[in-house]
Amino acid sequence: MIAIEPPITRTLSTVASGARALVLRIDGDEHFARRLMDLGMTPGTEIALVRRAPFGDPIELVVRGSHFSIRRSEADRIHVEAL
Amino acid sequence: MSKPSERVALVGSPNSGKSSLFNRLTGLRQKVANYPGVTVEKTVGDCVLPSGRRIELLDLPGTYSMAPRSPDEQIVRDVLEGRRESTDGADLVVAVVDATNLERQLYLALQILSTGRPAILVLNLIDAAEAEGIAIDVPALTRRLGVPVLAVSAKTGRGVDRLREAMDAPRGNGHGNGAANGGMADGTPAPPIAALLADPNDPARGYKDVEAIVREVVRRRPKPNPLRIRIDHVLTHRVLGPAIFLLLMATVFQSIYAWATPAMDVIDAGFTALSGGVRAALPPGPLQSLIADGMIAGAGTVASFLPQLVILFFFLALLEDSGYMARAAFIMDRVMGAVGLPGRAFLPLLSSFACAIPGIMATRTIESRNDRLTTILIAPFMSCSARLPVYALLIGAFIPDKHLLGFVGLRGLTLLALYLFGIAAALAVAWVLKRTVLRGRRPLYVMELPPYRVPTWRSVLLTIRNRCVLFLKRAGTVIVAVSIVLWFLATYPSGHPETRALEAQARAAAAAGATTEAARLGDAAAGAALRHSFAGMLGHVIEPAIRPLGFDWKIGIGLISSFAAREVMVSTMATIYNLESRGNEASASLRRILPGVTDPRTGLPVYTPLVAVSLMVFFALACQCMSTVAVVRRETNSWRWPIFMLVLMNVMAWGASFLVYQGGRMLGWV
Repeated sequence: MIAIEPPITRTLSTVASGARALVLRIDGDEHFARRLMDLGMTPGTEIALVRRAPFGDPIELVVRGSHFSIRRSEADRIHVEAL
Repeated sequence: MSKPSERVALVGSPNSGKSSLFNRLTGLRQKVANYPGVTVEKTVGDCVLPSGRRIELLDLPGTYSMAPRSPDEQIVRDVLEGRRESTDGADLVVAVVDATNLERQLYLALQILSTGRPAILVLNLIDAAEAEGIAIDVPALTRRLGVPVLAVSAKTGRGVDRLREAMDAPRGNGHGNGAANGGMADGTPAPPIAALLADPNDPARGYKDVEAIVREVVRRRPKPNPLRIRIDHVLTHRVLGPAIFLLLMATVFQSIYAWATPAMDVIDAGFTALSGGVRAALPPGPLQSLIADGMIAGAGTVASFLPQLVILFFFLALLEDSGYMARAAFIMDRVMGAVGLPGRAFLPLLSSFACAIPGIMATRTIESRNDRLTTILIAPFMSCSARLPVYALLIGAFIPDKHLLGFVGLRGLTLLALYLFGIAAALAVAWVLKRTVLRGRRPLYVMELPPYRVPTWRSVLLTIRNRCVLFLKRAGTVIVAVSIVLWFLATYPSGHPETRALEAQARAAAAAGATTEAARLGDAAAGAALRHSFAGMLGHVIEPAIRPLGFDWKIGIGLISSFAAREVMVSTMATIYNLESRGNEASASLRRILPGVTDPRTGLPVYTPLVAVSLMVFFALACQCMSTVAVVRRETNSWRWPIFMLVLMNVMAWGASFLVYQGGRMLGWV
């Protein structure tokens, strides 16, 4: 039997600047997850981490062609698969 | 003019160019008000359609979702669902999307269309989309959605006439009337929107639908805009970013602080001339005094804020419309976050060092209600320019012109300490408020960094005009009313024997040609009139309360009068001490006489350096400004917060002055 390894998941806050990732799931209350999904961050969406702000926080993302910034504490709750 | 027969609502996400389109459709026929019971602003305008019919156009707040998170988004939903009593819903909805990014914008549009209201979809910024190589098959999208779809550029006006025609077309009820809406060229029945968006509460599925539509109708998918990437690389650079930010902020501050002064001086001179004209035209008496000293003075106070407001809102509109403000918030979020405030609170607080009025009005760019209220409530602690004349007088009279270590001037150091004291008080209050009355979960910080756009003059000028009209109408009326009350308190009851006797002597001296003596007696008469007025009586009434701070009843009169504006303290004190109160002489003569003023009961000096420090600490913290109260009332749409602020600031001022004065006495200072 061949064991299928699940993809290595990490939180968005650990993704390097300039790297891309696939959204897997969003933790936290429904309110938070719904807000991000309304903006297009639905599971399976490819997003890119563009840069970190000059003082390290927040971070800039590209989601479906739009640029957003979210705080690191929020990025901690977004699980992604690095691409 | 007749009332518009129909209401049309513009709906879209922030940065979709919705407000530019609104400005294009309504021009100057627009006004800003508040939705009843909430702080959300309501922008409505008149729009004339090709048939000559006039409609009311409602510019709804920008929203990212039909699942409301904020009062703004709740309003959008209420209007679309016809649930808000005073707004009666909308007869037609114009959903505005940014054509450069249909994939992310269409999801909200589908949610809007699925409310079932008659709707038109506007693909705004179509010229920008074409410049990026994006081609949208409009007829295909029209067929797919079953509503008229129009490609528009609010900036150039392209497609706007066709939008007016589409808004003019007869409508049935609800969707599915695509042909009647004038949008379905081939007359095929439109599919119900519900079929497009299976579950409005399932974004994952909704975006799948959107992806399918976009695959059908968009011929070239948007690519990241390389120009934007290059600009962002500089503006949000680790070192350059904060440096450019500080440079821009310094420019804005310098312009409010210094460039507004000439215009304010002109306005001031104009109102002084006007009041002089009234004095010359009307016989002396209560009516002359009411108009010249009460009403015109109040109107002058209101008008003197306009140069600062025009300059601030000019910059604010430029920074916001160009997309820079979002970058500024991105850069400053971490720094401001240390005190629990968002990055957008920086500019309002900085502006408040010039004046809290423009500062408080600039807080409207802060989205979260609690963050915005906190910023409003701490803005008046920033040391504004109206405090400077009071500080200059007291420092000049009581702080010795000595140098520490040979080069640090004691006077400059005192002034610096007062500025830092104000900032410390503001941060402490913010810290406490965020943990008590304005507690609440930290708002989600999810902010769009929009593409850079060249601001249009139309939008910038309309922003300035709307802000100034709002200030004049809503805050200006309160300021004039309070000015008249303060005039009344300082003028009545009139005709005290001491005042009459001095006035008679002044007239006699003038008749005898002794002009200097006549002026001296005239100043003395004005001083007597003020001391015997209601304000004078109030000074005596509050004396027991301010005695522990080292203040006598004459300072009490100054504290009451300076509620008109802090700098009025100087001219009031000059009047009380029988000095000429107009012009630049007042401060200099006060500086000379104040150290020598003694209490007739004890023979001791009234003003000591300790009293001066106590008074400056009081001015640093107290809410001695009716205009601030009026503008907080206007911005929060209730009396609750301005009264809270007034009580909080004055209690803090009393407490701090008490500690300074009593502490100083215990340490043996005088």
